[in-house]
Amino acid sequence: MSLENGSATGQQVEVLSQKFTLGFTYTRSTGPIVGRFLSSLRDGKMVGVKGSDGRVIVPPVEYDPVTAEALIEFVDVADTGEVVNWCWVAKPTEHHPLSHPFAWGMIKLDGADTPILHAIDTQGDASQMKTGMKVRVRWIDQAQGNIKDIVCFEPGDSSSGNIPRHDFEEPVVMMDAPTYLDYNYTAGNATARYLHQIRKGKIVGQKAPGGEFVYVPPRGSCPATGVATTEEVECADVATVESFTIVHIPIPGNPIKPPYVVANLLADGADVSFIHLLSEVDNDAVEIGMRVKAVWKPEEEWGYAMDNIRFWKPLDTESDKGGQ
Amino acid sequence: MQDVAIVSFVQSDCVRYAGAQNEVELIMPVVQAALKEAGLSSVQDVDFTCSGSCDYQQGAAFAFVAGVDALGAVPPIKESHVEMDAAWALYESWLKIQMGQAESALIYGFGKSSPGELSNVLSLQLDPYYLAPLGVDTISLAAMQARSLLEAGEVSEADLAEVVVNSRANAKNNPHAQLSGDFTVDQLLAEPEMVSPLRKHDCCPISDGAAAMVICTVEKAKAMGKPYAVIKGIDHRIETHHVTLRDLSRSPSVEIAAEKAGVHDAPVDVAEIYAPFSHQEIIVKRALGLDDSVVINPSGGVLAGHLFMASGLSRVGEVAKRIIAGEYKRGVAHATSGPCLQQNMILVLESM
Repeated sequence: MSLENGSATGQQVEVLSQKFTLGFTYTRSTGPIVGRFLSSLRDGKMVGVKGSDGRVIVPPVEYDPVTAEALIEFVDVADTGEVVNWCWVAKPTEHHPLSHPFAWGMIKLDGADTPILHAIDTQGDASQMKTGMKVRVRWIDQAQGNIKDIVCFEPGDSSSGNIPRHDFEEPVVMMDAPTYLDYNYTAGNATARYLHQIRKGKIVGQKAPGGEFVYVPPRGSCPATGVATTEEVECADVATVESFTIVHIPIPGNPIKPPYVVANLLADGADVSFIHLLSEVDNDAVEIGMRVKAVWKPEEEWGYAMDNIRFWKPLDTESDKGGQ
Repeated sequence: MQDVAIVSFVQSDCVRYAGAQNEVELIMPVVQAALKEAGLSSVQDVDFTCSGSCDYQQGAAFAFVAGVDALGAVPPIKESHVEMDAAWALYESWLKIQMGQAESALIYGFGKSSPGELSNVLSLQLDPYYLAPLGVDTISLAAMQARSLLEAGEVSEADLAEVVVNSRANAKNNPHAQLSGDFTVDQLLAEPEMVSPLRKHDCCPISDGAAAMVICTVEKAKAMGKPYAVIKGIDHRIETHHVTLRDLSRSPSVEIAAEKAGVHDAPVDVAEIYAPFSHQEIIVKRALGLDDSVVINPSGGVLAGHLFMASGLSRVGEVAKRIIAGEYKRGVAHATSGPCLQQNMILVLESM
């Protein structure tokens, strides 16, 4: 987590942010029409589908864009064609198919009536790009049965002939389609103020001025009234179990070994509960209403996170008694 | 169809980076201000609440649910959400009123684009087999749309630059604008191309922020004693999802929506067009059939500040605000969604 001096409006607070990558690791079923196209790509061939008006649509679509009629008549087309539209990408991103400057093009393949959109590689030379220029498919060596079997298009008026050769028996019915998005997530103003206190080993809830409820952790407003929680209220690191569950199945990536107890805890001084772990406890003896106290990590390990508290344990010794 | 009154509209500043503010902290100020401007004390005073947002923008799952914390929804309220620009939340609210299920509604939209990469996030709305795997981005698609217009020979790069010159000049009077100032066409044409034929200034900035509006029946607006603008017509049309099958140089969906919403029934004084790219303003203006006497984007439009997921609602609000102030009698507001103006909504607003 990184720190910066933000100039957020409202209450000034150091902005807390955390980079993360969100991955959608989908596998998609192709259906028969897209599947047929991808199967053909894998064999180094281009096919289109005939639209209701007789136009050859490439890549094929399942339904006619005008009449919505289901389309089923496939037509072979060439792996060469003409550029009907393009733009020049001077600074490619990591999401793009080529790492040096390239063009996106709409390419009407010979035998097709609608264009396919793909990258065009002119070795970084923008001056070669012209509407009407002839291009051909540059095929990948190891075809997978997806749109990236076309590496890109390249200038040329006849097929490269270097098409993938495979003997696949089964048609393409599935396609890996992972997507990753990068973010630098920022904690809200209220949450950031809370996390700054946690960093110091304190549980400091917030309430709206004149409000009834103290929120731990706060998210910016009193949800009941929609008023900003601008007042801070220090709570104890002693809490009451409001509810709990005993987890018996291992969670991938979670270092804690089951069975363990996850509980809704209401800190003394707060009006809403948060979720944390209970440990050093006989799991069968956990009950609603049980009093627990925080077991903090060593101070030198404290960061801007609730896991500064390793877990909560029963408030069971004489010296621990007190609180509410 | 029943006339519906717009009684208040508030939007935040368009800023590139809203710092720590989360969705609750972005929404609270505009919702409170919109309610206050309408003379209402809380969300409990409206019959229906509807919002527009997209969680992929900031990468926070269920941010739209968390956003409800900004409202004060105790006791429980009637609430809905669209994963679209808040102009479509306005449409849903307008329908609720038409159906007699509500007499008033609060609408809000919010977007925090700064944590992510908007152009790549929007790749996910493209065809998942043919386009999304290639990482085709919004700006590149818009650039090809611009070329289709330029190569048809009816529009020049100077025309695109002029759209930007007007936007920046108009935005000098918009305190919420992110980009404003005096520029000349020659100055802008001297700038390098970013994704040719588009230059950086042809593309809208990316902004964080929120907007909110209160609408109600005309009877209720009269009872409230507040000035208002009237929604006389509203229509939404969609073109095919496959960008390669469209003639990108024109907008048949705007043409139909304009006809259905009644744009041509009387002269238009002002229009706010949601054009994230300069050439799109030209396409939409043509499809709306507006001549040069119509004032276009007096706010500067989204080239001056783009609250993704609230910009459509803002176009409606900007027209309403000027009609309420008595500057204009009849105006058109446009909202768009999807790649290269795929979906379009047109509203006709008139004075009370």
